[in-house]
Amino acid sequence: MSSLPTDRALLWLGALLYLAGFLAGLLALARRSPAPALRAVLNSLLVAGWIAQMAGLYMRGLATGGCPLGNTFELVQFVAWSAMVLYFFVGTAFRVSLLGLFAAGYAAALALVSLLIPAWDAVHGQKIFGPNPWIELHAALAVFSYGVFGLLALTSVMTLLQNWSLKHKRLHGLFWFLPSVVQLDQINTRMLTLGVLLLTFSLGVGAVWWLRDTASVNLPKLVITVGVWAVYLSVLLLRWRARLVSVRFAWVCLVMFILALLSLGPVNASRPAHQITLTPDER
Amino acid sequence: MEPTPSSLFLLGASHHTAPLAVREKLALDDARAATLAARLQQTPGLSEFALLNTCNRVELYGVAHGPEPLAALRAAFAETTGCAPADLDGVMNLRQNHDVVAHLFSVAAGLDSQIVGETEILGQVKTAYDHALARHWTGPVLNRVFQKTFQAAKHVRTHTAIGEGQISIASIAVDLAGKIFGDLAPVNILVVGAGDIGLKTVQAFQSRGAKTITVASRTLSKAEEAAAAAGGWAASLAELPDILATADIVACSTAAPGFVLTEEIVATAMKRRAARPLFLIDLALPRDIDPAAATLANVFLYNLDDLAEIAEDNLAQREAEVARCRAILAQRTAALWPQLAQRLNTP
Repeated sequence: MSSLPTDRALLWLGALLYLAGFLAGLLALARRSPAPALRAVLNSLLVAGWIAQMAGLYMRGLATGGCPLGNTFELVQFVAWSAMVLYFFVGTAFRVSLLGLFAAGYAAALALVSLLIPAWDAVHGQKIFGPNPWIELHAALAVFSYGVFGLLALTSVMTLLQNWSLKHKRLHGLFWFLPSVVQLDQINTRMLTLGVLLLTFSLGVGAVWWLRDTASVNLPKLVITVGVWAVYLSVLLLRWRARLVSVRFAWVCLVMFILALLSLGPVNASRPAHQITLTPDER
Repeated sequence: MEPTPSSLFLLGASHHTAPLAVREKLALDDARAATLAARLQQTPGLSEFALLNTCNRVELYGVAHGPEPLAALRAAFAETTGCAPADLDGVMNLRQNHDVVAHLFSVAAGLDSQIVGETEILGQVKTAYDHALARHWTGPVLNRVFQKTFQAAKHVRTHTAIGEGQISIASIAVDLAGKIFGDLAPVNILVVGAGDIGLKTVQAFQSRGAKTITVASRTLSKAEEAAAAAGGWAASLAELPDILATADIVACSTAAPGFVLTEEIVATAMKRRAARPLFLIDLALPRDIDPAAATLANVFLYNLDDLAEIAEDNLAQREAEVARCRAILAQRTAALWPQLAQRLNTP
């Protein structure tokens, strides 16, 4: 079966297709190609990239016997994959101008960075789920919620750009194609609500099992995970009360995601690690 | 005896060749256009024609056999418009063959318009062609020319920025509102001052779906009058702080010597509607809205200078696209002309 592509080859293919989608989108925008043509090319490349990425993650899942969330590399890949799933839903539902382009750049950046840092994939965490599907659900939902927060960070960047262009009266080029302030605000609020709901459910499931065996989760992971959830929940409450709006809201969502992403490393490192051979040909 | 060579021609005047006073004389109302058309139908050697008659141009496109019809056409123009033939010589241009195609492409794409890139002209060209087609004035050559013209104009508009960016103050304000609110149907519009410019801006918003309009003025009776004209509600300036809390777009155009909307008034209103953006349009001179209000979060303030600057930028951007458009149209003209030449020379 040596002719079959390895998991990393598929993940490389996925990352490069995302990058191709991003570059094709930029080129189409610069050439002022009609919007339907731009969407068709971009979405085709993104769907192809997403399928390749999913195939790569599936192969790793088969090798590890569970959801591929065993090290920083897999976590980052999963976050990129989740963001793309959400884009397919959000982009279709809201027809958000330029979100596909931003999502392509974001997914390409995450996927490529994870592939270019070998240390992130050098060791593989213990099979975290064991025989318990609830713990697997807990972990998958938690990482998926990071995908939601990732897309929220993207739409927050779009909000900041739109706000800057309107405040500074710079309305040409890329700025002209950004969605409206109100549309971005609606999307941001809904994404934040969805992310918090997913993370709350995930932590709820995890908490039930943690109470049965408090030694199963170490303190740094517990503090960081609950901290991320608490801050996102606070942000949501502040937004609902209209205490955190507009640019400040967007900045907080953006900074929070960067911090949440950075916390993935320490959370993952706090788990005991062991070497699992996944695709020897690639390393 | 050799057959008389046929030519595609254009005889006409536009704002490039004729001053306003002459264009006024040349302008054809329905009756005069019908008279001219009747003359043209009887002109020997003229096999096809279409008349493009707008406020900025009167142009006759046609197919002539030999040079004689062209002289007769000048006389027909002079008689119909009442202009002396000598006066027409200075302002009416004659183009032939390849140049006619290039010119019509340019006209339909808005490159030859007074406001470069405007879209109205394409509709006018279509109307002129439909009018001629319905009366069987056109034939195989002009039909081909006009159909290709519409394709070329559409291509240029789709693939270049020639039509992008509004250039009137009201349209720019509406576009900006779209960038802030998206759909304008649920948006509340407040007009402060019952002047003409404010009401024209309201009309532009209404044309894009805005429904809820309030007009506030120092004199309530004037506000009521303007509100009735705009189909909205009237309010006095004393109610401004309260109305501001529910308004999404505020267009100010009073003659007040000081600020009608101070930063404090806007800030107070924003506290009651922090999550929703507020678009302030200051159309007054001296200004009605304190510029400091622009520093508030979720407040977007544009004054007359800002809007005029955007209009200038948009116009400059359109003009920068002209060379690109001309190159595209030149390619299409070069591709079309050999086919037309063949048709013209087919007995």
